[in-house]
Amino acid sequence: MAVREAEPLGSLQEVHEVGLDREDLFGMYRNLLTARGIEERGHILYKQGKIPGSFYTGRGNEAAAVGVAAAMGPDDVGTPLQRDLGVHITRGVEPWRIFAQYMGREDGPTHGRDGNVHIGDARLGLHAMVSHLPAMLPVAVGMALAFKIRQEPRVAVAWCGDGAAARGDAHEGMNLAGVRQLPIVFLIDNNQWAYSTPSHLGHAIDHLADRAEAYGFEGVVVDGTDVLAVYREARLGIEKARSGGGPTLVEAVTLRMEGHAVHDDASYVPREMFEEWARRDPVERFRTWLLEHAAMTLEEEDEITAGVKKLLNDSLQRAEESPWPDPSGLLAGVYASAEELETPHHK
Amino acid sequence: MPEKTYLQAISDGLRQELRHDPRVFVLGEDVGVYGGAFKVTQGFQEEFGPWRVIDMPLSETAIVAGATGAALMGLRPVAEMQFADFVSCAWDHLVTVAAKQHYRAGTPVPIVLRLPSGGGFSGGPFHSQSPESSFAHIPGLKIVCPSTPADAKGLLVSAIEDANPVLYFEHKHLYRRIKGEVPDERYAIPFGRARTHRAGDDIVVVTWGAMVHTANEAAEALEQDDVWVEVLDLRTLIPWDRAAVLEAVRRTSKVLVLHEDTRTGGFGAEIAATIAEEAFEHLDAPLKRIAAPDTPVPFSPPLERAFIPQVDDVVAGLRELAAY
Repeated sequence: MAVREAEPLGSLQEVHEVGLDREDLFGMYRNLLTARGIEERGHILYKQGKIPGSFYTGRGNEAAAVGVAAAMGPDDVGTPLQRDLGVHITRGVEPWRIFAQYMGREDGPTHGRDGNVHIGDARLGLHAMVSHLPAMLPVAVGMALAFKIRQEPRVAVAWCGDGAAARGDAHEGMNLAGVRQLPIVFLIDNNQWAYSTPSHLGHAIDHLADRAEAYGFEGVVVDGTDVLAVYREARLGIEKARSGGGPTLVEAVTLRMEGHAVHDDASYVPREMFEEWARRDPVERFRTWLLEHAAMTLEEEDEITAGVKKLLNDSLQRAEESPWPDPSGLLAGVYASAEELETPHHK
Repeated sequence: MPEKTYLQAISDGLRQELRHDPRVFVLGEDVGVYGGAFKVTQGFQEEFGPWRVIDMPLSETAIVAGATGAALMGLRPVAEMQFADFVSCAWDHLVTVAAKQHYRAGTPVPIVLRLPSGGGFSGGPFHSQSPESSFAHIPGLKIVCPSTPADAKGLLVSAIEDANPVLYFEHKHLYRRIKGEVPDERYAIPFGRARTHRAGDDIVVVTWGAMVHTANEAAEALEQDDVWVEVLDLRTLIPWDRAAVLEAVRRTSKVLVLHEDTRTGGFGAEIAATIAEEAFEHLDAPLKRIAAPDTPVPFSPPLERAFIPQVDDVVAGLRELAAY
């Protein structure tokens, strides 16, 4: 069971066969543009001094994020990371709340208690990441364990980077998932750099997906700049898990197109590498595909881009109007009350 | 009312919870087929099946993180660390994820971690620790340290019903040594309410876990001196019953804080600081602390006896206080 290297998706017919219609495709494009646009505006906010602390982006990873999220079912759950803003967008997190989160405002999903994309919305099946990567990976395994115990047709998606894949959490989580054949897909965003450390100093194998075999399940490598190929492979893994086939490890290969965070100029990444991967930009790549294979008209494209632009402008304004959190609330919520266990997503 | 060992009270209490609430399940190393290293879950897998009494790989991270994930999906996991010492391997998932998830993300994490803790049987440095103070410093966790069979059951019920991560320290040296009456029916003992294990008006010993029994023996020895010592069992450290401690200090004016955990930064320091802040003027003698010295727990019996506070140590401390 060697690792499989996924083929790109070609024609509209092939795309229909994996369950996407034209509106779905436009929706994915809208989500790619939204994720990129939020982060581009985030850079401006940061330069304006409106984002406290640091600021992390997922430029170059948008297709990997949107492709996987589009393949998830409504009752599926996941633990996306700081390069996976597209997951939140696709699952329905409102952009204005993300801007508010960036700026530490009351209307951010964490009400100013955490920053960046450390957000989740349990109603949307998303649970907030922590900085200790990939600590949420074995947590997602626990979610899959719950589905297995209750025999529910639900799937968990656990995200991990190539750097964090070196940590024991990844091993313990994947090992347990393999032993119990849990309904989970592991998504490794391999963007080739763990902060300043290149892949070859993080792992000694060609593909991180090679590890899947050792845990007793299938591994697949996919081009993370190809949103449709990512979607297809994620969907295969998710539906396999849903039907009792156990875990899959999907490695989406991309390049982190910016620094680890906004303070980092990534000067250690060879220029040629950036140039090469800029030619494979996931957003532009999908746009070209839509024009060539889905007969997207210029009017349709304009409508999408104008819609995203308006959404982002309105969202930014609304977020800037969001108040600062009131320090009088500092002490609230360290502990949960028993009533909170009775919410629908917690039963 | 039936008399049970501390261990049997935990076991029966846990079994009752599994019968009471289908969301409750047990996971840990060797908890299923083998019935647990200390046999707390013996017979559970036969009754509840392999998906409610789950034998886990040797993976403390996966056990605690897995419990967290399952709790986020609405289950009520009761995870066992084979020894409390091994919780260090799962620190991140307890402290980084479970403890902070509600405060920052608003999602409760109702997990119980059973932690067989404490020394007294030559378990050595890695099977004898009492690490409750390390976690008492982490906002978001609750900490329970029962000392009697009846408390062990009632506090376990509260731990499982609680909406937060609860560390349930069960003292291994009490497992088969301590017996007491335990009601058969289901009951919960609320957190944050101390219990007067023994009444007295001259000196109060504030303690928890196995040291409650050490303190009790010492208190009995002081009777021949005509000194009447109260033993106040905190039962839970987070939250802890400040009001009961301060009331006892104001009433007796002399206090000894006793714990099996090491001295520096031990929870006794927090109690002492609170007494100094809130009841300084009521003290007739300097507060006394008796705790293990700041060393790892040693293996050899004479060394371990020297490490763990003994009845004689407490008697000596009480006599000093009485004479002050």
